[in-house]
Amino acid sequence: MCNGDEGDPGAFMDRSIMEGDPHRMLEGMIIAGIACGASEGYIYVRAEYPLAVSRLKKAIEQAKEYGLLGENILGSGFSFNIHINRGAGAFVCGEGSALTASIEGKRGMPRVKPPRTVEQGLFDMPTVLNNVETFANVPLIIRNGACWYKSIGTEKSPGTKAFALTGNIENTGLIEVPMGTTLRDVIFDIGGGMRGGADFKAVQIGGPSGGCLSKKDLDLPLDFDSLKKAGAMIGSGGLVVMDNNTCMVEVARFFMNFTQNESCGKCVPCREGTKRMLEVLERIVEGNGQDGDIELLLELADTISATALCGLGKAAAFPVVSTIKNFREEYEAHIYDKKCPTGNCQKLKNIIIDASLCKGCSKCARSCPVGAITGKVKEPFVIDQSKCIKCGACIETCAFHAILEG
Amino acid sequence: MSETFDYSVVDGILTEHGISETAIIAILQSIQEEYHYIPKEVFPYLSEKLKVSEARIFSVATFYENFSLEPKGKYIIKVCDGTACHVRKSIPIIERLRKELGLSGTKPTTDDLMFTVETVSCLGACGLAPVITVNDKVYAEMTPDKASELIKQLREGNADD
Repeated sequence: MCNGDEGDPGAFMDRSIMEGDPHRMLEGMIIAGIACGASEGYIYVRAEYPLAVSRLKKAIEQAKEYGLLGENILGSGFSFNIHINRGAGAFVCGEGSALTASIEGKRGMPRVKPPRTVEQGLFDMPTVLNNVETFANVPLIIRNGACWYKSIGTEKSPGTKAFALTGNIENTGLIEVPMGTTLRDVIFDIGGGMRGGADFKAVQIGGPSGGCLSKKDLDLPLDFDSLKKAGAMIGSGGLVVMDNNTCMVEVARFFMNFTQNESCGKCVPCREGTKRMLEVLERIVEGNGQDGDIELLLELADTISATALCGLGKAAAFPVVSTIKNFREEYEAHIYDKKCPTGNCQKLKNIIIDASLCKGCSKCARSCPVGAITGKVKEPFVIDQSKCIKCGACIETCAFHAILEG
Repeated sequence: MSETFDYSVVDGILTEHGISETAIIAILQSIQEEYHYIPKEVFPYLSEKLKVSEARIFSVATFYENFSLEPKGKYIIKVCDGTACHVRKSIPIIERLRKELGLSGTKPTTDDLMFTVETVSCLGACGLAPVITVNDKVYAEMTPDKASELIKQLREGNADD
């Protein structure tokens, strides 16, 4: 079984392999079939990749024409068929047992393990499940030997890894680097540094289940062990780079919103826990954060990680934990000072009228939906901060650019 | 079973995928491609043909986000709000589209069944962020103004049809 349900937002390595070099992946699957004695292979591709589906179909047809797939391959007596299953928009189907259920035509919900997929997987048969990139590496390793593969990368994490480099960075796109390359090289050398000359703030690695790394982690080598120590993971290989205009609390809220949406609802810790965490994060970015919210978030995170059924739930809190660890002062500014240091959170903005620019035309006062702006015509107007709902309507109407957000 | 519903399309789909419980997702996908949503009339029909309960088919149709039980517009606009698009300001694009079309998070389709606006978690085109798609055609590096312009063009293009 090949997992092409590349659901992590900000990652598209598998897409490029499935669309650009599908034969390499098919070859890997055929070899895996020989190795474990399987005669049926399944590829699960997410619905958002229609081009990948059509190219894979074509590649399978071509392989059949050459006699590389089907019955009695090249007269060897070995038969292997590959089927394509399209996903239907459920992130949790990237999890092994959920993916299996989905191929069987059921709701894609994970089950308790063991038995693991290798013991009892698809149609209750022993199943080998790997990712697209893993299968695509197999033909090269068979051809060039394991020693060749191990000569690249680090001792514990051999070979190369593809990363999807995106976000506020000059060069976006896919990169393939030896394991152990530092984040600094990836972001500032290959990535060409920050977009528009802004300052680097954080990099989100490993998708919604990964962590946010900060400036101090820039010299961290990208390999399995080092990232694990830093509280992050390679995961899918998505690298979303964020500059200093990004609000980390809002980023954490964004990820929690994602995970909460995608929680399948089977186990209580994930279904209820992510909801409660999202509520806390939402009230923080809206300026209603309370003393003790950070501790509450950490406590919930701990419980969910320890008790959730599958990987989605276990990792759901990672982005929150890692942003609290690396950017705690930002959370505190939101909660105690009711301020968003980056000015991203709409509800925490202070909208003020610059008296030196205001001509007193009263247009803003008329546009304000809550009547928070008052003044005499031809004299500077003022905003009553206790009434202002920070909607920004006045900013758009002012012809003199006299209304500012701060 | 509805007497006014034409089941020949569904029959064709069943022949293509095979009458098998494991093909439920693929069958529903093909039905949705045909009608742009899953008409409620198909549930009792599929239940009888596949020899599984209606509840079982309904449970699959409601689990996966791609299946819609409500009719969708002629133009389905998907705004990517994956991480990469999000940090490159996808929210103002969604807000603008909804404002232009009088839609909201709970009302995704216009009354004239012309436009549906929905968000997706990632379209895998992160290098082109922020992106939106209209009926699977990708529009890269969007801004709220470009989105307004696109709506205008779609409306005019539709008037020409």
